[in-house]
Parts: sequence; structure tokens; C-alpha cells
Amino acid sequence: MGGRQRIVIAKPGLDGHDRGAKVVARALRDGGHEVIYTGLRRTPEQIVRTVMDEDARFVGLSSLSGAHSHLFPKICNLLKESGLNDVVVFGGGIIPESDRPPLYSVGVRAIFGPGTPSTEVLEFVEEASTRDCGVGSDNGWIWGE
Amino acid sequence: MDRRTLARQLSAIENGEMQVDTFTDGDVIAITGPPGVGKSCIVDAILHRLAPAKNIAVLAVDPTSPLSGGALLGDRIRLSVLDDKTKSDSIYVRSVATRSSSGSIPSIIRDLASHLLSNSFDLVIIETVGAGQSEMRCAAIANRIVVVEGPARGDGIQAEKAGLLELADLIVVNKADLEGCDKVVNDLTVSLGLTSDAPPIIKTSIITGEGLEDLSNLIFNLEERTSSKRARCRQQLLMAHESSLTSNPHFEAILDRMSEEGLALDEALRELNE
Ligand code: B12
Ligand SMILES: Nc1nc2c(ncn2[C@@H]2O[C@H](COP(=O)(O)OP(=O)(O)O)[C@@H](O)[C@H]2O)c(=O)[nH]1
Ligand SMILES: [Mg+2]
Repeated sequence: MGGRQRIVIAKPGLDGHDRGAKVVARALRDGGHEVIYTGLRRTPEQIVRTVMDEDARFVGLSSLSGAHSHLFPKICNLLKESGLNDVVVFGGGIIPESDRPPLYSVGVRAIFGPGTPSTEVLEFVEEASTRDCGVGSDNGWIWGE
Repeated sequence: MDRRTLARQLSAIENGEMQVDTFTDGDVIAITGPPGVGKSCIVDAILHRLAPAKNIAVLAVDPTSPLSGGALLGDRIRLSVLDDKTKSDSIYVRSVATRSSSGSIPSIIRDLASHLLSNSFDLVIIETVGAGQSEMRCAAIANRIVVVEGPARGDGIQAEKAGLLELADLIVVNKADLEGCDKVVNDLTVSLGLTSDAPPIIKTSIITGEGLEDLSNLIFNLEERTSSKRARCRQQLLMAHESSLTSNPHFEAILDRMSEEGLALDEALRELNE
């Protein structure tokens, strides 16, 4: 089950740390997925437009600059407003444990910190693709919780 | 049609779930050349100059990794025009992976381009790496082909390159800000001088802006060369023939019998043609 997914990997905001996002993008490609990388410094609007135009089922957000609590919810809400309720949102970077519950409550399904093995991200994608866990779904499922 | 519906329909075409029966005529331009030569940057420069007056769709084709079946599609990174809100609404960019090695991608690209033209786009630009047969055929579905070269490849004209140059209606030598560009222009001029209808050559630079205005003005008015048209038609014929072979319901079974039971090639062809 699962199979090949189209996945957008995005760097929202002014954060210039792109190593992690590139590592994850490559790992997903090597896992057989089609990965669209946006490059640095994208606005939430640009990211949502990319997800829509590329007809991606997943969007992975990378943030190491501390702006996640502002940017991730903004992107989740824009996705819902644009009718992209079935898109699965996940993220990674430097995101303290205490900041995570509010992100989960707006629809983020998984957060991966430093040192995450790429196999785990692949397992998440595989698992999430079999569930109804788009950003607009309220089924409450969270990876690893 | 809204962008989301359009995006979903393009996926359906890509996945073979939706057929495009009637082909819509219109401007389809291929931008091709070696990796890293600046194709995406050139597409960006063209979009900056033509949008929003024109509605333009871009199909950015990148290879699927034969080992994993996955692909990393990064052409959007260069498209700074998408940051400009006054222009981005008249632009649609779609990244496409080549997927199977069965050679079906050129006909899928043709269907995607046709569908975009029938949805009020004035121009479809196909960006594709100019190496390998299936990429060459992706370019050949366009009405006009722009081949991009760069100074770092000032290594003479190899046979592989010649096959691509044969298809060119325009040659762009990019990175004119770097050394070695004039040598490439000279080499090309000399070797193309041997043919009767050589394509025009222009120098461009994303850094200095040289030639970009000319290129954007040229793009809708490219003259077709007799020889490039012939080369393109040749690719199209081969593509159609190959896809009629591979879409034959007995294709896989006959392939099995060739590899496992020693069915002879001429016998296999005869059965496929029945
Ligand atoms: C390398 C680095 C840099 C490099 C970045 C180079 C580059 N192009 O990426 C440079 C030197 C440029 C840099 C600059 C700065 N940095 Co710095 N940097 C680091 C450092 C040491 C390592 C980051 C890294 O590349 N790790 C390796 C990669 C592979 O790991 P990763 O990014 O964490 O990604 C993994 C996971 O997090 C996860 N992941 C990440 N993204 C995603 C996305 C998805 C979808 C998924 C599934 C998973 C996932 O998977 C990856 C693989 O396991 C960290 C400290 C640290 N140990 O994390 C600080 C750190 C991130 N930087 C920090 C700071 C403050 C800065 C500066 C502001 C410093 C300054 N005052 O100038 C600038 C800002 C630059 C900018 N414009 O944003 C702080 C951030 C503090 C915060 N968030 O509160 C950190 C945490 C250091 C610290 N302890 O203070 N930095
Ligand atoms: N110096 C110079 N670099 C360029 C020029 N055009 C593109 N580049 C750089 O070449 C690299 C590859 O460009 P890209 O458009 O992605 O190439 P593509 O693979 O052919 O699509 C990027 O780092 C660009 O910044 C140019 O005119 N001059
Ligand atoms: Mg490119």
C-alpha cells in the first residue's frame, strides 16, 4: 500500500538553514517518491500555491529559526481555506517539544527533530498515505504519539 | 477552470486515468540543453518579460531515478517570477518526472501540453534536459526548439550534441558573463555554417541581462527551419511507432517469450504486427 507520492518540501520564512530540508528531500526521493523542493524563503502563500499547482498529497515544512509557531499554523489554515483539506502536513527542524501540541492541533501530523533517521520519515509517509489524515481531517492521529 | 481542478486533471493524464482525444494547436516551445546550463533561469527571464500579458504554462521535466523510482524536482527554485504577485496568476508551473523507462513520457507531455492549451494558456514551455532519447522526444513535441549551451562545455561538437543541434530553431549560448562564451559561439557558427539553414545563435546572461530582451521577443516569432522540422517529425514518427508497439496488449507476453523461450526477433515482430 501507499506507493509513490508527490511531496513538496518547503522552507518557509527567512530561515536560511537548508541542509536538513535537502537531506530529507533526497531521502524521500531515494524512497521512491517525487519530491518538489521549493528552495529557501518562501511565503505561506507561495507554498500553498506550489502544493496546489503540483497536485502534491504531502507537504513537509522545515524550520530551524524559531518561526514555526507562527508559520506552520498559517500554512495549515491557508491550505484549508484553499480547499486542500486532504493534503498531509508534516515538519522538522529545531522545534522544542513544548511547541508541538499547538502545531498538532492545527493539523500537522508529524514533527522530526535533529538526528531523525530517514527511514522513519519514509515510514511516516507510507503510514499516513493509508490514513485519512489530511490537514482538514479531525481524526486526531499523530505520528509517534 | 480553477487551478486545483486543472492540477488534478493533469495528474489524471499523467497517471493514465484520463485521455486527451483531441489535440489543441498552439505555441509549444521546448527549452533544452545540458544540466546546469541555465535553462530554468532562462525560463524565469522569459516569464518575467511575457507575463502577465500572456498566460504561460511551464512543464519542467526531470529524470526519475532508475534505482528508486523517485525524483527530485527542483526547477521551481529558479523561478523568482512566482514571487511577483502581479505575474504569478498568469503562470502555471508543473514539475514532471520521466517515470517509466518505457518511452511513454513524450506522449504524456504532449497530452499535458495540449490540455493546457485548451485551458486558455497562450504558450506552453517545456524544459527538458537535452540528453537521452526520451528527453529528445519530449522536446520534439514542441513547435519550436531552443537549445541552450554554455561556456563550460566548450569541448567541441560531439555527435551526441549534434543530434540535439539538428533539432534547434534557435541556439542560446548562456552565461555570457563567463569566459569562454565567444569560443562556443565560434565553434557553433563554424560547424553550423556547413548547413544551408543554420539556426540563429544568441548570447545571454542571467547576471548582466544581456540578450534576454531579444530572446523574449524572439520566442513567439521563431522561424521554423526546414531541417529542424524534418528532425522533429522524425522523432514524432519514431515516438508514435514505439508507443504503438509498447501499447500492444501482447507486448509483455512476447517479450517474455523472447527472453525465456528464445522466440526470434523477426517472429516476434511478425506477431506484434498481426
Ligand atoms: C549548520 C548551521 C548553520 C549554517 C547553515 C548552513 C545551511 N545552508 O544550512 C549557518 C552557518 C549558515 C548558520 C547560520 C545561522 N544559524 Co545556525 N546552525 C547550524 C547548526 C550547527 C546545524 C544545522 C544543520 O545543518 N544540521 C544538519 C541537518 C541535516 O540537520 P537538521 O537541519 O536538524 O535536519 C534534520 C532534522 O531536524 C529533520 N528535519 C529538518 N527539516 C525537516 C523537514 C521535514 C519535512 C522533515 C520530515 C524533517 C526535517 O531531519 C533532518 C535530518 O535528520 C545548528 C545547530 C544544530 N545542532 O542543529 C545551528 C542553529 C540551527 N543555528 C542557529 C542560529 C541562531 C543561526 C544564526 C541566526 C546565527 C547568527 N546569529 O548569525 C544564523 C541564521 C542563518 C539564517 N539565515 O537563517 C540556532 C537556531 C536557534 C533557534 N532556532 O532558536 C541553532 C539551533 C544553533 C543554536 N544552538 O543556537 N547556521
Ligand atoms: N554566471 C552565470 N550563471 C548562471 C547563468 N544562468 C544560470 N546560471 C547559474 O547556473 C546554475 C544552473 O542554473 P539552472 O537554471 O538551474 O540550470 P538548468 O539545470 O539548465 O535548468 C545556477 O546556479 C544559476 O545561478 C548566467 O547567465 N551566468
Ligand atoms: Mg532546470
